[in-house]
Amino acid sequence: MTITQQDASDATAAAAPIEKVSIVISKGSLEEIYPGLIMANGARAEGIEANLFFTFFGLDAIHKKRIDHIKVATVGNPGLHIPTWAGGLPGVSALMTKYMEHQIEELDIPGIKEFVEMISDTGAGLYGCLASVDLFGIERDELIDQVDDVITVGEFYEMAAGGQIIFT
Amino acid sequence: MTTKHFAGIEVELNDEGFFVDPAQWSEAMAPELAEAWGIPTPLTDKHWQVLRFMRSEYFEKGTGPTVRKLGKTSGVTVKELYQLFPKGPAKLAAGCAGIPKPRGCV
Repeated sequence: MTITQQDASDATAAAAPIEKVSIVISKGSLEEIYPGLIMANGARAEGIEANLFFTFFGLDAIHKKRIDHIKVATVGNPGLHIPTWAGGLPGVSALMTKYMEHQIEELDIPGIKEFVEMISDTGAGLYGCLASVDLFGIERDELIDQVDDVITVGEFYEMAAGGQIIFT
Repeated sequence: MTTKHFAGIEVELNDEGFFVDPAQWSEAMAPELAEAWGIPTPLTDKHWQVLRFMRSEYFEKGTGPTVRKLGKTSGVTVKELYQLFPKGPAKLAAGCAGIPKPRGCV
């Protein structure tokens, strides 16, 4: 293939609109859950089909008892610009979470529970990872009602076929 | 920028197909715009409720509402919004209501 042909096919690929995204949420802290939710919601707002796959600690975002207690990670999080030793002090994570939740509310961004429910209402699919559910011994009824199914990684790839996969 | 005719009147559209001047819009154009934007027709009362809300918000605040805002304040739920405007409620309703595309991440 000549360089010109390569350029032409690159240009075609770049111009093709995204029609489907499958977003993996694999971590359970506030700052690791929101981006995936915002991307899923934003995809639906653009008319793009979206599925969310919650795996490992990301399952907390669809766990009835944990969804309202998602915290900011204050240890090992250089983006917060506080010393690591300070992040580990009792109450710091709770305080930082409260502060961030306040900031988020100021911007009129919904809390995680409301956001997940809204994303389900937009028609996006919500799926739990079977291996993680088994690993943590989570029962299906411990997950919020909006969850469409608990699926294997193979089923996830089938569902994601023809679209983009985003891992967060 | 391109020009197109809706309800027999020439209007200016930007590259994405949104009205450059919302004042050029009239209710008579909505059915043709709905078809152009792939909105299921005929337009229902609920569609109109959203379209009118989009315009009043735009003229009041200078920007159209996002889906979340629409769901909270237009009186139409998020679920219904996606039934009325399947390919993106805020974007499609803005296009059909003759206002610029709303900007906002949530």
